[in-house]
Order: sequence, then structure tokens, then C-alpha cells
Amino acid sequence: MTNPVAAVPASGAREHADSHIVQPPATKISVRNLCFYYGAQQALFGNSMDIAPNAVTAIIGPSGCGKSTHIRVYNRIYQLYPDQRATGEVLLDGENILAPTTDLIDLRRRVGMIFQRPSVFPMSVYENVAYGLRHHYRLRRPEIAERVEQSLRAAALWDEVKDKLHQPGNALSGGQQQRLCIARAVSVEPVVLLMDEPTSAVDPVATAKIEETISTLKERYTIVIVTHNMQQAARISDYTAFFYQGHIVEFGVTEEMFTNPHLKQTEDYITGRFG
Amino acid sequence: MRPRSKFTRIWADRAVKGISGLAVLAGLALLAWILYTVLVRGAAALHWDFFTQLPAPPGGSGGGLGNAMLGTVYLTLLAAAMGVPVGIFAGVYLSEYGHSSRFGHVTRFMVNTMMGIPSIIAGLFVYTILVVTVGHFSGYAGAVALALLILPIVARTTEDMLNLVPVALRESALALGVPRWKVTLGIVFRAARNGLVSGVLLAVARVSGETAPLLFTALNSPYWPRTLSEPTANLTVTIFNYAMSPYDNWQNAAWGASFLITVAVLLTTVVVRVALLKGRSR
Amino acid sequence: MTLRQVLTFPVRAVLGRHATQSLADTLFRAFTVACAAAVCLLMLAIVLELIRNSELSIRTFGFSFLWTDAWNPVTKQFGAASSIYGTLVSTAIALLVAVPMGLAIALFLVELAPAWLSRYVGYALELLAAIPSIIYGMWGLFVVAPYLADHVQPALQATLGWIPLFDGPPMGIGMLTAGLILALMALPFIATVMRDVFTMVPTVLKEAAYGMGSTTLEVTSRVTIPFSIQGLVGAVFLGLARAIGETMAVTFVIGNAHNIEASLFMPGNSIASTLANEFTEASDPLYLSALVELGLALFAITFIIQMIAQVWLARLKRRAGGRQ
Repeated sequence: MTNPVAAVPASGAREHADSHIVQPPATKISVRNLCFYYGAQQALFGNSMDIAPNAVTAIIGPSGCGKSTHIRVYNRIYQLYPDQRATGEVLLDGENILAPTTDLIDLRRRVGMIFQRPSVFPMSVYENVAYGLRHHYRLRRPEIAERVEQSLRAAALWDEVKDKLHQPGNALSGGQQQRLCIARAVSVEPVVLLMDEPTSAVDPVATAKIEETISTLKERYTIVIVTHNMQQAARISDYTAFFYQGHIVEFGVTEEMFTNPHLKQTEDYITGRFG
Repeated sequence: MRPRSKFTRIWADRAVKGISGLAVLAGLALLAWILYTVLVRGAAALHWDFFTQLPAPPGGSGGGLGNAMLGTVYLTLLAAAMGVPVGIFAGVYLSEYGHSSRFGHVTRFMVNTMMGIPSIIAGLFVYTILVVTVGHFSGYAGAVALALLILPIVARTTEDMLNLVPVALRESALALGVPRWKVTLGIVFRAARNGLVSGVLLAVARVSGETAPLLFTALNSPYWPRTLSEPTANLTVTIFNYAMSPYDNWQNAAWGASFLITVAVLLTTVVVRVALLKGRSR
Repeated sequence: MTLRQVLTFPVRAVLGRHATQSLADTLFRAFTVACAAAVCLLMLAIVLELIRNSELSIRTFGFSFLWTDAWNPVTKQFGAASSIYGTLVSTAIALLVAVPMGLAIALFLVELAPAWLSRYVGYALELLAAIPSIIYGMWGLFVVAPYLADHVQPALQATLGWIPLFDGPPMGIGMLTAGLILALMALPFIATVMRDVFTMVPTVLKEAAYGMGSTTLEVTSRVTIPFSIQGLVGAVFLGLARAIGETMAVTFVIGNAHNIEASLFMPGNSIASTLANEFTEASDPLYLSALVELGLALFAITFIIQMIAQVWLARLKRRAGGRQ
């Protein structure tokens, strides 16, 4: 069942036999009829939803439902693999980023990504944050130092690493490494941050810190977070999308979805009856 | 039911344990025997002149193999300069672009097969294309033959080392907006650096001890290597020629050269292991 | 402006900054493809050149070259039989000695030795593997051959001399010595691969067997070996490939006689040793062509072994799970 694309008001409710979508009032990213294929196998079926700016949108659903696949379209990271392709439209600030003329390098600067396992580059803490800066901008040394500090502060990591800036990045703890990756993503002035299960490989204390950071980050960035932890989604997100087998089943304001889900399938998942 | 004799079981077990212990001891003893032989006979032949002089006439005295040492160094370095870059980038192709493509599978098969070619066949091939055509033996031909040996080894170790770098690292660099070639050369190489360097060093060390490929390409020479477009002195072919000769002083010199080659190769292997591959079991 | 920016300015001016990066990516990939293609082309070139240069010999002697036992540069009669025989027999001796020994060593390293000892023996095996083959040749010719001639061969002859294999003059140099040296050269490869294969056996399996009261021998013969039989065969192939193309060590000790003899004490030759000894002396085109044809035969043998080994190991890897 595909969701109809045309003439959907930005702030409207869309009712379908199989889905219930309530779009947010403003839009940073607008997904229209997104389909995704791994070779001949289809993984996403006509996804349509709007991501609100300066808010946290969580994507939940059972394993294999297409959550990660979906957000990996936003920065076209799937392009690394020749047999993966996407059809449809994904509009970032009005421009379709799936168009072949899209400047991928600029797209990836504007849409940052944090992965499930911290992937710190094999260099010092400072160099990790400076790497993207050096690549995208022409800055002098003091400017770089300033931006590195700003980014580390934004990731709530500065106080912990300011004396260790030149130690190797993987000398940090798991939670710190993940926040280093956040600092790295933030350093190049993105507008959207994608997070693919950012706390699943990290201990509970660090998880709390990262969630706190996400709440402060949303003031400046639009955040889309994939999580299999529903409590986390309920804690930190403003909007939630429930995916099932490549379809968006329900999408709306988090509080409403969790207290009063419209579809039985959503309710079953949230209350733990499957997944 | 009658149980099997516990006696037999226990003694069979002990016998096998004893045999495997003996096998290990035998292996270690043989290694010690080889090293001891090379050490004693080789060191006896070494003296200061050995490193600086040209070879003495057969049956004579004095003289050295300075020219052969220099020749081996030249040939090995030239072979590395030719074989290592091509090997590394072939390995990059296999790891970064060629996992599942048809061409990738074919190349991987070719690399493995090339590694298995007897080194004398490599020499034979270079003979037919670079010696017959040009009309004479040359150090260049020898270096090319050695390069043919280095190439597949470096390609294989590069591919293996790059494969160990987690995909997530590549993706996060790409997600930052870094172009693919920079991700490979900057981040991935850096992450695999120790493994890559050790692979290259071990390959070069191994090839420096090869004799067969040089037998009919670079040949040997009793003179200092001034140019590589003529037969070039080298330690390994010298060992072959001198050992097979009936002259005592030449046989001694062969042992001295054996000592040098062995020390160079084994030292490199040990140093690479200790310095670069700390903590890895292979 | 950096130097790179200066150099790439014309391209960037025409294409724009990001298209330049895209061009850089394309060129980089094209370069790696070229290097990969170089490997394939070189292999092809080797095969073609070997065939081309042995054409004269092939045309003169035909297929019977492979089983004719003749090698006379004067009368220009050439046949590969003694060389092929020598290659196969010396390799067979090598495997007969190295495979059981490698198995025993692997067993020791995995089941019996404490971790530190295992590690050091592993290092020793690596050293054995790193020693250049010409050193094995030197040691074989000057030390092992005399030792065998003085102590081992007479003993063998006294006890087993009624078997034609051991009935011959104890000269030291010969097929037996070559086989033994080859065994030592193949041993580290066989032993380390077997050890790696043994360590892949799931501990639960072995613990279950031990838990039932089995001895080490029983666990090994009934659980470990059957489980890893494919890998063990792969290890044997590796040793085989190593031994069959080995040149210098064999050349020093095999004696270089173009005869097929029953006795292992007699000298013989292998394809590689013939090439090493005679190539530089051959001036006659037919002689040279015959030698190249020998090389082609050796290449074909090693190629076939390689192919079997690779297919075998690929099947093994697929069974075990494949890439990350």
C-alpha cells in the first residue's frame, strides 16, 4: 500500500487503512514516496513524512523494519554500495537531494551522521574534530582551535578532554568516543544530525549524558534518531515514527503516540507485545 | 558389555603426546642446527675486507663481496619501487571496490595464483621478454623478475589489512563529506598503517633472499655495479656459483654471504613482528 | 594557497570544486583498476610467453615429451620424464614426512602446550619459514648430505636395504636428501595452517568430548580432526604448492642426473633444478625451447594445484561464514 503523494497539506492528518500520519507544522526534510532497493529486493515502500526543524524525531520499530535504511537515504551514504538505490523525493529545505546533480560533499556537510558504534578516526582527539573542518573550510590555526573547542563544548565533552586533546581518540571511553563523533559532526556546521542507535553500544551512564546532549543540540539542529529503545524515544523525542516492514505505520507527536496510539499495531509494539 | 581396556587408551594417549612433543623438539632442533651452522661458518668468513673488496680469484685469498652486497641492495630497492606501488593499489582495488564484482574475483584468483608461481618461472618469463629481446643480461631484468614476486605478496597483504578496517570507519568519514579517495588514502590507510608497512617490509625482505629469478636475468658479475643494464653482482647468485665450485676460499665466501642474507632477512622479520605487529597473533 | 590548490586550479576553474573531487574519485578508482588489471595481464603474459617459447620443442617432440626419459643435449633428444618424476617423488617424500610431523606439532601447540610455549614455538616456525631457500641448500649440501651419507644412509641400507628404495650407494646427495630438505621447508606452512584450523574447532565440542572421559588422542582423532578435515587438506595443498616449485634447496642436493632410479639414494633431478643448472649453458634453440617447455610443465602443475587449493579453501571459507 503506498501513501498518496500529491496535495498533502503540511499540517494535515492522513488516514489510511494501514497507517496514521500526522505531519508537523513546519518542515526541514520532506520525504515523498521514498522507495529503497537492495538489488532486486525492496526494503522501503513509499515512505512519506515530514521532519520538523529544531526538534528530535525518533524512528522506532522492530529489527529489520527499515529504520536505518530510511535515514541513510538522507545523506545518501548508501551510494557507497553499487547495488543499493532509492526512488522518490527527499526535500531538504525545498531541494530534492536524490537528484543526480546534488553535490554530495556539501550534502554530507549539512547532514551529519552518528553511527551505532563510535568510529573515531585513528588520530588525536583534536585532529578528529579538526578533520572535517580542514576538509571543508580554509581556516587558520587559531580559528581551527576555536572551532574545535566550540564543537567539543556543544557535545558536552570539552571539560573532560581539554587536557587530553592530543591523545589518541580511541583512548577515550565508549561514551566519550561517541560524543567525540558528535563533536566531529557538529564542527562543520550541519543543519541536520542523523543518529543511528547512538547509545546502543554505550553504557547507561554515558547514555544519559548523550541524551542530555541531544536535548541541548536540538536548539540549533534538526535531529533524527533511530532507536530500538522505546523509553529513549519517549524521553527525548518530539515526534516519533513507527516503522514496520518498510512502511511508516504511524507518525505523530511523541506524547500522543505513546499515550494514545491510533493503530493496534503501534500499541502492540509500544507495549512490548512484539518486536 | 566389556569395556575397552583403559590401559590401552591411556598408553596410546601418552604415546601420541610423546610423539608430538618429539616432533616439536625435532623442529626446534633442526632450526637451531641451521642457524648454528650459518652462524659459525658464516662468521668465520667475515672480515672487514669482506664488505669493501671485490671477489678474489678462485683458489686465491683475501677479497670480499662488497660488490655483491651493493648489487643486492640495488636490485631489491628497484624491485620494490616497481612492485610495491602496483601491489598496494591492486590490493586497494580488491578491498575497496572489488568485493563482489566479477573482475574482483578474477583478480583475486590471479593474485593468489601469481603468489604460487615458482620463482624460477618468473625468471624464465623475464628472460624471454627482457633478455632475449634486448640481447644481454641485465640488472634491470633481475629487478623486474623480483618485482614479479613482490607484487602479489604486497597485493594480498594490502587487501587483508584493509579488510580488517571496519566499514563503519569508512562510512563515518564519507558521512562527514570527505571524498572517497581521501577516505581511502587518509583514514583507511592510517588505520591499517602498521599492517600495510609490515606487509611491504616482509615481502621485500623475503624477495631479497631469492636466487632463482636472478639466475638468468641479472646473472652475476665480479665488478662493482656501475649500471644496471649489464649483469649485476648479487649475493644470492654468488652463493650459488661459489658453493658449487671446488675452491675453498670461494666456498668460505659463500658461507659469509649466506650469513649476511640470513641475518638481514631474519632480523627484518623479527623487528617487523616486534615493532609493528604487537599483539597480533599472525 | 597550497601547492595542490595551485596545481588543480585549472581543473577546478573548469569543473567547479565538487566536480573536481568527483573527477579525483574517478581517477583514483581508475588507477586502482589499472593496477588490478596489470596483475591479470602479467599472468596472461607469462602463460603466453611460456607457450610461445616452447613451441619449437612442442612441435619437435609432441606430447611424448612428457613421458620420454631422455635428456641428451648433444644428440638433441629431450624428454621431461626424469624431471617430472624427480619433482613428484621429492615432493611426495617431503609431504610424507612433513604432514604427519605438522599434524603432531599442531596438536602439541593447540592441545598440550601452555600459551607462552605455543607462542614461542610459533615464532620458531615463522623463522623456519623465513629462511631463504638458498640457505637450506647450503646447509643441505655441506652439512646434512655428509651427515646422511655417514650415519643415516648406511643404517637404512643395513636394515631396509632389501627394499629397492634404500638400495644404493650412500652418497648423501640424492632424492632422499632433497625430499627431507623439502619436508623441513614445507613443515612451517603445514604446521601453522593446521594449528589455525585446530583453533577454529569450537571449544564446546572438545569440552563435551573431554567431559565424557575421552583422552586427548581420542578427542583429537574423533572430534578435532574430522571437524577440521577440510582445512587440514587445505594445509596439505599449501605445503604441496610450496614444495613443488622449490628450486634452490633442491638444486643443491638432488645431484642433477637425468635418470629415473628406483633407489632414493641415487641422484636425480627436478624440473626446477634442471632449469637452474642448465639454462645459462644452453645455446642451442631446441635445447632452450625444451627447457622452456619444462618450465611450462612445472607452471601447469603448480597452476592446477593452485586452482584446486583455491577452490577447496573458498568452499571452506563459505562454510565457515565468509567476510565481515
